[in-house]
Amino acid sequence: MNQVQALFCASLALLPLLSNAQDKYGSRDGEITFFSQAPLEDITAVNRKAASVFVPASGALEFSTLIKAFEFEKALMQEHFNENYMESGAFPKATFKGRLVAEEGDDLTKSGTHSVGVEGVLTIHGVEKPLSTTGTLEVTSDGKIKATSKFSVSPEDHGISIPGVVREKIAKEISISVNISYAKL
Amino acid sequence: MAQDDLLDLLGTDSLTKSYSTASFKSTRVINGHSIENVAHGVLDFRISHRMGFVNEGVSNFFGLDQATIRLGLDYGITDRIMVGIGRSSYQKTLDGLVKYKLLKQCDAGCSMPVTLVLVATTAMTTLSAEQVPWYGEGRQDYLTHRLSYNFQAVLGRKFSDDFSFQLSPGLVHRNLVATEAERNDLLNVGFGGRAKVSKRVAITGEYFYVLPDQGPRDPFHNSLALGVDIETGGHVFQLQFTNSTGMFERAFITETTGDFFNGDIHFGFNISRVFTIYDPKAKARRKAAEQVK
Repeated sequence: MNQVQALFCASLALLPLLSNAQDKYGSRDGEITFFSQAPLEDITAVNRKAASVFVPASGALEFSTLIKAFEFEKALMQEHFNENYMESGAFPKATFKGRLVAEEGDDLTKSGTHSVGVEGVLTIHGVEKPLSTTGTLEVTSDGKIKATSKFSVSPEDHGISIPGVVREKIAKEISISVNISYAKL
Repeated sequence: MAQDDLLDLLGTDSLTKSYSTASFKSTRVINGHSIENVAHGVLDFRISHRMGFVNEGVSNFFGLDQATIRLGLDYGITDRIMVGIGRSSYQKTLDGLVKYKLLKQCDAGCSMPVTLVLVATTAMTTLSAEQVPWYGEGRQDYLTHRLSYNFQAVLGRKFSDDFSFQLSPGLVHRNLVATEAERNDLLNVGFGGRAKVSKRVAITGEYFYVLPDQGPRDPFHNSLALGVDIETGGHVFQLQFTNSTGMFERAFITETTGDFFNGDIHFGFNISRVFTIYDPKAKARRKAAEQVK
């Protein structure tokens, strides 16, 4: 290897120090909303304390939130949700571990709106299930990233049993909406 | 960096405080108060029934022919403060209560192993003077003679999803008692517990022990109650066997005439139905719901 090639290799090695590759973004108050629309009843709940970390360079993405942080209109509904359905004593958290997949050639570190794919494992009620959906990232020049996504989850898929008496009050597919604003960690 | 470590970057305070909920399915264990309050903005309508004594035999259909009743309304002014009123057919008593949750047991993000609730109740007999047995001829019927008070500190813990237990030391004060020898103030300790047998059914037990050496207590016994709680959508049904006839503190703690082990047992039930009057978080929730739809 001649000197020019050696110098070229050396500068390549230095590149990671110059780029933003290892920037990590996080949030402690992301918003997760779920909406169940069923013939007998519509149920909405909001969780405003979702924690998440996102690494744009690798696309690594993680979420974690306490089930007890979901707020309902009716306190009794919230109690039943935790005690009878989600069994929050045994399974206090819901988590997601996966990655964002940028579109071909799209650089997630650049400002602007990006459509992304989301792939990973969603764990609710202690049951892991693969999740594949899409989302939108809005990257602003002040170093903040706003992420949104919508997808559906079925309670039965995560081992949540719904008694026959109330089957018509709870949707078979619950729509979940995620809205989170990241700041650089 | 391994993916598992990512969330650690947010620090341990990334998860919020989470308090214990539903240690008991209702604000009463059976007769006495539990460590649970009614939530902010929620109204709890309670109907409590006690039949006659089971040992009265088949002619009184094992007590079902007679009934004492209490109707009550409890309301959560905040998540920590609850107020309530009620009226019992037992001595035609009106009662009012204030219940304050001082300490909340913590599940995560904080460290408080117990829940401590303070209860203050007042009861007023609305019988006319002639109907009160220990009124003498010509005595002045003062309002204050009809009043009694109860103060309790209820200390409890949800040990697991299936088991909760509480202690409630307290004081019952009766403005007027029947004889000179009887004490106006009676110190007592309550014991209450519940064990869940399924998601919606629990077995409960309660005992109130009036401390000894507080004047003559004949013919009164300590209050013992055993019951089953069944929870459906908006109702909690509490079925119980107890030796106490009255359903407010002065009555069941200090005036229980039944001897449980002699068959002086009332079958009874409490029905609790909650209504959401006011939702403190409605506005914020409406905003979020818009985004989903």
